[in-house]
Amino acid sequence: MTPLTAADASTRLREQFAIEPVVDGALVSVSLAPEQWQAAARFTRASLGCHYFSFLTAVDWKEQGMEILCRVENLEAGVAVMLRTRLAAGAEICATLTGVWRGADWMERECWDMFGVRFEGHPDHRRILLSEDWEGHPLRKDYAVDTPHAPYR
Amino acid sequence: MEVKPPVPQIPPPVWTEFKDLQEFEKFRQHRADDDKTSNALTSIADAIHHMPGGWIVTTSTDKIFNWARKSSIWPVTFGLACCAIEMMATFASRFDVERFGMVPWASPRHSDLMIVSGTVTIKMAPMLKRIYDQMPDPKWVVSMGSCANSGGPFRHGYHVVKGVDRVVPVDVYVPGCPPTPDSLMYGLLKLQEQVAHFLQTGERPPAAADTK
Repeated sequence: MTPLTAADASTRLREQFAIEPVVDGALVSVSLAPEQWQAAARFTRASLGCHYFSFLTAVDWKEQGMEILCRVENLEAGVAVMLRTRLAAGAEICATLTGVWRGADWMERECWDMFGVRFEGHPDHRRILLSEDWEGHPLRKDYAVDTPHAPYR
Repeated sequence: MEVKPPVPQIPPPVWTEFKDLQEFEKFRQHRADDDKTSNALTSIADAIHHMPGGWIVTTSTDKIFNWARKSSIWPVTFGLACCAIEMMATFASRFDVERFGMVPWASPRHSDLMIVSGTVTIKMAPMLKRIYDQMPDPKWVVSMGSCANSGGPFRHGYHVVKGVDRVVPVDVYVPGCPPTPDSLMYGLLKLQEQVAHFLQTGERPPAAADTK
């Protein structure tokens, strides 16, 4: 069996999800609809062998909605897949990937902590870095950083 | 109605009448000129007076306590960030604050100085306040480095207290990022002066105004 290449991965993702992946070296970037998020993750793990969960984070594009990014890698073949999805403006709910990769647990908690994105189905949906009584999500663009808050800010 | 304790009306002794005192003063002047290195002894010599005719020494409790307190400051070993490395260097043998009588002590309950060495995050501030509250009075705080002074490079971050004086009252601010052991030692010597001031007047400089 020949090892998986980025071109192979791109082809199979295109056939499966009717999307157009972008290949840059060993990195395959896929822009998905939010409904495809979990299915694409399962496919990437089961069929493309991407067992290594690198990171999950978000980008706040203000009125264009929140973008969720997730990079996973197939370490044997040296192929990485970047899954992206764009939530609708104002929408803050995304499907969880904790059922696919255990490593997604803390990353999704951090994403909730910093960006306020709720992950539907997450087993332990709490803040991870900031204190429990923190107000707001500091990496959102509309977070007022210099506004003093009680008691020490 | 406020009842005031009676003030003892004892006329102060005219020290110049004592022959021995004059001799002691002469001795002290001579000693101070001759031996400039032992500052501790000359500083306490101000407060000591020999009584004529023997080895009786009189002094005022304020001055002697003052001298004893400032000569034996116990900083709690409380390191927050990279400034703590410089603080450790200050405590260690090369710079050696033990020659000023400072003993780094690993319990806030026995200490009277807290050196806030590093960035105080909002999550850490309650713990810092708790350690400060555990220290017995009288206690002092040295804010070490830009982060503890004002938030430093992280001032406009979301998670950093913009100066530790929003949490505890600060006596001496040491600038630097991080301050060298020399700077910290200079700050600690300044603190000794301040301890003397506090014990003489009972006042400490007001904490920074609350900017809520």
